[in-house]
Amino acid sequence: MSEITAPTPRAAEVAAAHAHFHVFDDHSHPENGTLLGFWLYLMSDCLVFACLFAMYGVLGRSYAAGPSGADLFDLPLVAVNTSLLLLSSITYGFAMLEMLKKRKGGTLAWLAVTGLLGAGFIGIELYEFAHLIHEGAGPQRSAFLSSFFTLVGTHGLHVSCGIIWLVTLMIQVGKHGLIPENRRRLLCLSMFWHFLDVVWIGVFTFVYLMGSLQ
Amino acid sequence: MSEAHDVHDHDPHVEDDLHISLKGYMTGFILSVILTAIPFWLVMGKVFDKPATTAIVILAFAAVQIVVHMIYFLHLNAHSQGGWNMLALIFTIVLVVITLSGSLWVMFHMNSNMMPASMHEMRNMP
Repeated sequence: MSEITAPTPRAAEVAAAHAHFHVFDDHSHPENGTLLGFWLYLMSDCLVFACLFAMYGVLGRSYAAGPSGADLFDLPLVAVNTSLLLLSSITYGFAMLEMLKKRKGGTLAWLAVTGLLGAGFIGIELYEFAHLIHEGAGPQRSAFLSSFFTLVGTHGLHVSCGIIWLVTLMIQVGKHGLIPENRRRLLCLSMFWHFLDVVWIGVFTFVYLMGSLQ
Repeated sequence: MSEAHDVHDHDPHVEDDLHISLKGYMTGFILSVILTAIPFWLVMGKVFDKPATTAIVILAFAAVQIVVHMIYFLHLNAHSQGGWNMLALIFTIVLVVITLSGSLWVMFHMNSNMMPASMHEMRNMP
């Protein structure tokens, strides 16, 4: 089928092959387009974070006589946060493995664990932000703190959206089971979740650890 | 019915393409734990005397850990999605490097070439 439809020039063929369009599409692009499209979205998100990292890199030492990273950052808390996010990555991996074995209960259980770890991460981050603002080190204090809150806050917002998406998918899987559509959606969320962990590597290294060095 | 069948036939291919396995996830996780613990230890234990040395070492650890995550968690390889994933990633890395190094370079030189700070700013300096 693909030998007939794929290599022919488009112009004359399109109208004639209209009825076969679905077949044509399937056979000349065996890969799932959704996953590639989602990957491209992640890459564009990567550029958003690159801009925020560049902004932090430029402004991260402009303290305006205010507190510096070394004064503010609580590294043990950041370490806890980092391990929560890393653990949530591996539990999402376990959910994927259960999904491949077509076990609905196991998938849902590991997704729930992942969601709770993500919620713990967000909880600690909100506590940290509230603590900083309470100490008078809010985003309006200095360029350093503005860029810090923007960068870390954007990451936190992504994780929050990931949790909402995760809960939505848990309801979907609970209702309809591990149908192909839900498996595809779970694969997309898997990429999103692991991507956020990759961004967090940059955040804890570039912001927290390097900020604590001085 | 045929629609569902089509998708079903189609789908296992996607998952096979990703090479998801318990061994892969566990390898990635253990490597990530090690690669996360060492930078925290280096900074919190003040292992190196010079902050610049620590900064370079932890940045190197971060770069390695990002590669580990890409391979074991995001299941990236040169063949997934016919190589388009890798191509998009390389293009993005080029843009990220230009954005980061360009911003830092330009802004650093602008700071050192600007007029001297006014008295008002001097008074606010740490």
